[in-house]
This record gives sequence, C-alpha cells and structure tokens, in this order.
Amino acid sequence: MDASTTPPAIVKFDNVVKKFGDFVAVEKADFEIGQGEFMAIMGSSGCGKTTTLRMLAGLEDPTSGDIYLDGERVNGRATWDRDTPMVWQSLALFPFLTVQENVEFSLKMRGVGKAERAKRARKWLEKMQITEFADRGINQLSGGQRQRVALARALVTEPKILLLDEPLSALDAHLKVRMQAVLSNLQKDLGITFVYVTHSMSEAFAMADRVVIMSRGRIEQIGTPEEIYRAPYNRFVAEFLGSANIFDGVVGAATPGGHMVAYDGGEVDLPASELLDAKTGDKVTFMVGAENVDLAPTDAGQDGLAATVVGEEFLGATATVFLETDDGQELKVQKSHAELKAVKCHAGARLIAHWAPSACHVLPGEKG
Amino acid sequence: MGNENKLINGWLMLHIALCLTFIFAPIAGSFVFSLNSDRFPSLPLGEFSLDWYRAIWNDPLVWSGFGNTVIVGLIVAVIATILGFGGAYTDYRYNFFGKSFYLALALLPPTIPVVIMGLAMLAFLSRIQLSGSTISVVIAHGVMCSPFAMAIIRLRLSQMDPDLEAAAWNLGGNEWATLRHVIIPFTRPAIFAALFITMAVSFDEFAVAWFVSGLNETLPVKILGFLQGQVSPRINAIGSLAFLSTMTLIVLAQLLLRNPNEGSK
Repeated sequence: MDASTTPPAIVKFDNVVKKFGDFVAVEKADFEIGQGEFMAIMGSSGCGKTTTLRMLAGLEDPTSGDIYLDGERVNGRATWDRDTPMVWQSLALFPFLTVQENVEFSLKMRGVGKAERAKRARKWLEKMQITEFADRGINQLSGGQRQRVALARALVTEPKILLLDEPLSALDAHLKVRMQAVLSNLQKDLGITFVYVTHSMSEAFAMADRVVIMSRGRIEQIGTPEEIYRAPYNRFVAEFLGSANIFDGVVGAATPGGHMVAYDGGEVDLPASELLDAKTGDKVTFMVGAENVDLAPTDAGQDGLAATVVGEEFLGATATVFLETDDGQELKVQKSHAELKAVKCHAGARLIAHWAPSACHVLPGEKG
Repeated sequence: MGNENKLINGWLMLHIALCLTFIFAPIAGSFVFSLNSDRFPSLPLGEFSLDWYRAIWNDPLVWSGFGNTVIVGLIVAVIATILGFGGAYTDYRYNFFGKSFYLALALLPPTIPVVIMGLAMLAFLSRIQLSGSTISVVIAHGVMCSPFAMAIIRLRLSQMDPDLEAAAWNLGGNEWATLRHVIIPFTRPAIFAALFITMAVSFDEFAVAWFVSGLNETLPVKILGFLQGQVSPRINAIGSLAFLSTMTLIVLAQLLLRNPNEGSK
C-alpha cells in the first residue's frame, strides 16, 4: 500500500490497539509518519481518527502495541512530558487570559522566564499576524483570529510535530479555504510534521502529503491523495471518495492481455496488470470513476449499460448525473453541461453508459 | 408579549406582590421601628432616633455575639469553600463506581432538618469532647455550608470547555500546575461567590448554633436570649444590621455569578 518513499520517521505506530471497555476504538494501527510530512488522518465520526491523534499526544494510552516518537517509545509518558502540542477542534483557548498570555502559556509551564516568554510569544504573534490583539481577551476575537492564536500557542515551543484535530470545522467555507492555505504554507515554512485529523476529504486532499483513511477503528488505506484517488484499495475507500461506480465481477476466459471479467450488465477485457494474480473463476470488484463514464443515446449503436436518468447534481462547470440500470444498480456520471446537452440528458431519459476498459480499476482489497 | 392572558398576568402580579409583602413587610417594619424613639412598636411613630443603635453599640454582649459570628463565618467560609471546591472538582474530573452515591451524600446536609442536624451534631461533638466551643460551631456550619459551595463551583465547572484542562496538560502543565493556572482562575468568580454565600448562611444559621455553641453564642443565638429576657427595640436594630450584612454578602455573590470575568482581564 505504501508506495512512496518517506523521509526518516518521526512517528511510528507499531500494532497499536485501543479499547474502551469492549469497544475497539482503534483496531490495529501500524504506520509511520515521516519527518516534515503533512499527514492527514481521515474518516467519518467514530472511526478512531481522534483516538489515534490523542494517543500520539499522550492523552490516551494504547491498550497494546507501541508508539514511537522521534525514535523513543513513549507509551505511558504523560502528555506534559511530550512536546506534541495540539490544536483543538474547540480551540480550547483560555478565556481568562489575554492573547499574549495564551501564547506564553506553554513557556510558563516549562519555567521560561518572563522577559524571554514575552519575546518568544511576540515572535509568534507577529508570524501569525495577530500582534495588534496581544492584550485583548479571547472573547473579543473573530473565529479566524482565534484560529491564529491557537496556532501560535501550540507552536511557541517550536515543536517538531504539530497535531491538529479538525481545527477548521467551525469556520465558514470561505475562511476555511483561506486557513487551509495558511496551514499549508506554515507547514512548508517550518518544515515540521503536521498530523491533521479531519472528516473532510477536500481538506485532507488539498493539504496533505499523505492520507490515512480509517473506518470503524481500522486503517483502510494509506497513500498520497493521487494514489488513493486513482487506485482506492477497497470498496470502503472507493465509496468514501464518492465518485466511484463499483461493480462485482467474475474472472472469465483468458485474453491476449489479461482476462474477460463478467459483471451485471456485460463483460470487460481487463489487463493482467490490473487483475493482479486473479485466475479464472475468482471474484473481483472493480470501479470506474464517474468522470470516466461516457453517455450515448440509445439509437447510437453503442455497447454498454442501458440506464434511466434519475437525478442530477449541479457542480459548477460540471454536473453529476445519477442513473439507474434495469437491474437497479446506481451509476454516477460526471460530465460538462455541453456533453450532457449533446445526448439530451434529462430526468427520465434512457441512455447508454459506457467506458473504456482502461478506466476500470480492480480494488485489491476486495479480492477472493 | 401581546398574546399573554391578562387574567393570568394579573394573578401572577398579585402573587408576586403578596410574596414580597410577606417577606419584606416584617423586615421593613423592624427597620422603621429601629429608628423610632418609642419603647414599644406602635403607631403613630415617635421621633426619629438612633438610641437603639447606640444601645447595642455599647452592649458588650452584642459585641461578643457579633465577634463569634464573624470569626465563625470567616473560618466556615474558607473551610466550606475548600471542601466544596474539592467535591466539585472530583465530580468534574473523575468517574468512579458509586459516583451518584457520592454526589447525593455530598449534597445531602441542607436537606436534613436543622433540629435533627443540631441534635446529631451535639451528640457527636460532645462525645469527642468538642461541644460547647467556637470550634464546634465551625465544624457544624462547615458541614452545612460546603454543599452550597460545591453546588456553586460545580455549576461553574460545568460551563468550562471540556478540552480546556487537557489543552493545558498538552501544553506542558502537569496536573497541579493546571489546577493552579487553569481550573482555579476559571472558577474564581464562583469561588468568591461561594465564600460570600457560605459566610451568609453561617451568619444567619440559628438552630444548629444554638445546640452546639455552648457559652460561645453567635449573634442569632444571642438574639433569642434577648427576646426571652425582654422585648426591646434593640432587637430591631440588631435585626436591621444583620439583614444588611447578609444582603450585602448575597448581592456580592450574585454579582460575581452573573458577571464571570471572561475576556475582561
């Protein structure tokens, strides 16, 4: 799964399991995060992503397995003895302190003298462009300004790693995109590791070097955004991406380059490289991206799946059309408005959906 | 506002007016008569006079009772607030087997009839040779007042962002440093409110103090003594002063609770 070569690891999860009573929050986390990497951990709520982050921060202890930070095993080490500052979803700024006192907090806890504290806090206030608010209370700041205070407060000790737990979820869409750019640039500037937990694919894919996708405590796939988008490992990831059409098929007769695969609605000749080691008779699951499906009128003589248009979602320059085949399978097709107009696409219309064999990707995690 | 029933409104207004009358008329009456020169409270009023205040000012018995009340009140406020804070923080921070039992037990004392409480305290304290002294009133009042402190501080803690404490740990503060630099500053308004309220409760408490105070009587117990001996308008003067002190404490506590110092620092 892990194709890219990564720099020396700063974080290593070695078979980490976390249970709360009988509930398994994290089933078997086994991965590394490289020095200076922007790693996103993504999944829906309750998938174990926040628990994973909290174990890294030292706020939860793993039930079994080991966590290494910068080469050292840190199981059982209290969070105040690690330098793993976190930016919280709620931001958790101290309402009874001024902006500058908030930023100075971790220096104060580490016994840094008053003058030195002020100097270092000022530097970060400047870097985050909030110097003018230094003496204000937290309640007098806007959402974006608070975000910057939270970042300055976490970074003031110049840690090697920064943990972020859905820090942008409370912002409106416009501010969210701006803060994404701020975070991205900040991470590149500082060259430190960011571990970013989110449920939003757009946030994860926009910022991260690599993404961990989790569901129900399990890691489903780790890879760069391109790898994951191009080659989802299993059905869960493909469905999570939201734009994949998924088909179950059976490997049939061999062809010069691979095998025929029969599925509901037809047959497709898939190359051996896609099929991995599948043999005749094996079950495989493959997907076709919504943007790779073409539509044709029924009278055009095109081979493919006949389907009825049931709905359409407007996405700006393109639209996603939802169709239903006669067997009840749902298809998603993403096309420009001009292309849709050319095939007279409207609700209730019957069209032929077709695609090139090269658009098919077999999900390796669903084999057998 | 427009669709409220006028009849119901009228009844509610009357209800409130009656409540306020029955609560404040006696107090106002006693205040008026405390400034009246006549020996007996009767209408029409005599002349305006501060004689009764002068009389209690010169009465050593009033002073000793007042002194006991203030000393007891101050010590009780501090002890009850510390106990209340501990109880509230324990509730906030930890989950343990029997927690609801712990909470019920900790908040129980105000629900016990004071006469029973007083008797029980007397029996217990005399067995351990602590009855009949100022310290016995402090112990008894401490028990009665700490649930109030706990309730006030617990309310404030419940308003705290649940991530705040963990954030302080994560920023390098150990548990003690976090308690000192985050939990206590956050609950400070409630801590002061608890100090004032518990002092006011101790200041006013009569029954338990009567049972356990022995010769070191607090002011309310002294007042009963005065009333048994003679009906003197001095009582009105003492009552007015006691009312003003208690009200001051309660109002201070209310102001603190209404205006937590968030963001104003």
